[in-house]
Amino acid sequence: MRELMLGNKALARGLYEAGCKVISSYPGTPSTEITEEAAKYDEIYCEWAPNEKVALEVAHGASLGGVRSACAMKHVGLNVAADPLFTVSYQGLNAGLVVCVADDPGMHSSQNEQDSRHYAMAAKLPMLEPADSEEARVFARRAFELSEQFNTPVLIRMCTRVSHSQSVAEPEERAVPKQVPYVKDPTKVMMTANSRNAHLRVEQRTLQLVDYAEDCDLNRVEMGDTSLGIITSSTSYQYAKEVFGERVSILKLGMVYPLPEKLILDFAAKVDKVAVLEELDPFIENHVRRLGVKVSGKDVFPVCGEFSQNLVRECMGLEVPQTMTVKDSIPGRPPVMCAGCPHRGIFYILKKNKCMVYGDIGCYTLGAVAPLNAMDLNVCMGASCSGLHGFNLAMGREGEKHSVGVIGDSTFIHSGMTGITDISYNMTNSTVIILDNSITGMTGHQQNPTTGKNLRGEPAGKVDLESLCHALGFERVRVVDPYDLAEADRVLKEELEAEAPSIIISRRPCVMIKGTVHNPPLEPKEDKCVGCKACMQIGCPAISVRDGKVRIDSTLCIGCKVCTQICRFGALE
Amino acid sequence: MATKNIMIVGVGGQGTLLASKLLGYVLLGQGYDVKVSEVHGMSQRGGSVVTYVRFGEKVYSPVIDKGEADVIISFEKLEAARWLEYLKPGGRIIVNTQEMEPMPVIIGEAEYPDNLVEKMQAAGALVDAEDFLAVAEAAGSSKAVNIALMGRFSTYFPEISEEEWQKAIEACVPEKFLELNRKAFEMGRSA
Repeated sequence: MRELMLGNKALARGLYEAGCKVISSYPGTPSTEITEEAAKYDEIYCEWAPNEKVALEVAHGASLGGVRSACAMKHVGLNVAADPLFTVSYQGLNAGLVVCVADDPGMHSSQNEQDSRHYAMAAKLPMLEPADSEEARVFARRAFELSEQFNTPVLIRMCTRVSHSQSVAEPEERAVPKQVPYVKDPTKVMMTANSRNAHLRVEQRTLQLVDYAEDCDLNRVEMGDTSLGIITSSTSYQYAKEVFGERVSILKLGMVYPLPEKLILDFAAKVDKVAVLEELDPFIENHVRRLGVKVSGKDVFPVCGEFSQNLVRECMGLEVPQTMTVKDSIPGRPPVMCAGCPHRGIFYILKKNKCMVYGDIGCYTLGAVAPLNAMDLNVCMGASCSGLHGFNLAMGREGEKHSVGVIGDSTFIHSGMTGITDISYNMTNSTVIILDNSITGMTGHQQNPTTGKNLRGEPAGKVDLESLCHALGFERVRVVDPYDLAEADRVLKEELEAEAPSIIISRRPCVMIKGTVHNPPLEPKEDKCVGCKACMQIGCPAISVRDGKVRIDSTLCIGCKVCTQICRFGALE
Repeated sequence: MATKNIMIVGVGGQGTLLASKLLGYVLLGQGYDVKVSEVHGMSQRGGSVVTYVRFGEKVYSPVIDKGEADVIISFEKLEAARWLEYLKPGGRIIVNTQEMEPMPVIIGEAEYPDNLVEKMQAAGALVDAEDFLAVAEAAGSSKAVNIALMGRFSTYFPEISEEEWQKAIEACVPEKFLELNRKAFEMGRSA
């Protein structure tokens, strides 16, 4: 039956149909729904792992145990999983293993724009790249077949526009292969001769995969007018079809590593000119050049950002549609922390204390935007802890007294623990604030090891953050309520002054979690408001000032009373 | 049939995703090829949000580009002006005249432009403006703005019957909000 399906959901459907039994992932936009949708099938065990490296190792372990398994992550997550990825490539499998990775060209919700295809080449793994939901579904099944046929993990590369677009898919039935018995094999231990032999096998495998790529149906030629031939894949294929229809010939690649040679040379010979249309790096283009084909690519199309049909038109010198605009400048509408967000109070206090704030990855990155402007920088998951330690090594006591790292609960478990261990072991008097809002917020409220619930919301093991930090060598572990500004301020000052490493756990559940108790909205007292706008410093979307008086949007306000503590005139009681 | 392009724009949290779900459901039921594209994640937090809905015999690109939209359904007035350049010459824009101040306006760094409906008309747009918040409230809840707007939109495609829309509402809306949304749809349709 035809169904309109999100790309990620269709990929999950494909994993299901292929008989996948174990999925271990870490959430990350735009990949999160792959695992969430897969979890709706009772037949698949799905879990949130503490990070992507763990997720891949779990999925590989399940493959060794004899069942088809998978993991999913965003592009930067693959950096974290890169360590096992390269050696699992050598070691091989028992049952099929599929690694789904979602890139984010245009950086809708990411800190960089890296191109995951380089990992396929570097780890010598086949990579499939669907261009819509139906392909995502079908490619998932094909990926498992390939994985078992060539004894290799297979990467499926998604991107934001494939992951988060719905298009028509036609689901099929699930078929589960028999569990493969586990047999001890001494060549599986990756050292010395075993590793050397494994590497030889991997190189041989790549040659076989090139042969496979030459005539497999994952790659296809659509001959049209032969004055121009476009080699493309993924969503770029859709833009090429949108702009040119049948007016060009297209080589559409569904397998982007390894790339075919003869297929490309044959296609190039049939057309007058060849262009490669691909987002991000010139990955296909470089390959085509190495084959000696004269080709245009990144000389015409940009490396940075997302493509669209108008971008293709412009780059190809075609006319773009006319537009209309209003002359006024339209104020931006950046995302903001929600009304009642427990992070707000902490960032207000950090700003007041003029702290250097080393941020991390999550909703709290929004602490960087106006009017709070309370975050200096961020890099990647966990860097707030280790980066702060390095900063203080350089800055000494002055740094320690005026700097903090801030990291969310899920991010802390992901890769903050190792960073704070460096602080306690190598002894800087650094202060790390764990913003414990009892959920993985930014990616849409996933459970994590500190929440006491598993992916399906059932009771699960629970990491005790206080005990964990003590065990990692911190004597000073304080817990504060971020709604209590005076207390948070006092504790922050004490810990910045302390000549010891410190952890402050700022604990309040995210207001968007179902079941979080909200207070009634505040009713501002107009007669007491002097219009000083002090309450506006916290950037709460529920607060505005009109005609010199404070207004509260009662549909947004949850009565957290952070603003109450800032108003000196009692207008927000 | 040439591919038709519909954009749904608004502010994160306004319920644009339900509106696009409804539209996708109806269009698929008509036998069209359909693509619906949206961005999740960061923008949910009160930011400007957009959903692209495309339908026809065969749809390729999942997104709509500047100057390509046949209809824009805007949940908020400033967002209507922001996305206006995506409207095709001769295209129509449905505008909920509700104003939601973005953070730069709230903190006094920018001003909310006045007379936006007139300015959009002056730019050449066919503007269909209405206080759909009031319509939704009259139907029983401010949260039904999305469905009230879809009620108005449904009059743009008379070939799709009201019955088809009601069936889609039944399929997409949780049981306990069904009555409210049915009413909001009808009131939006006749408003």
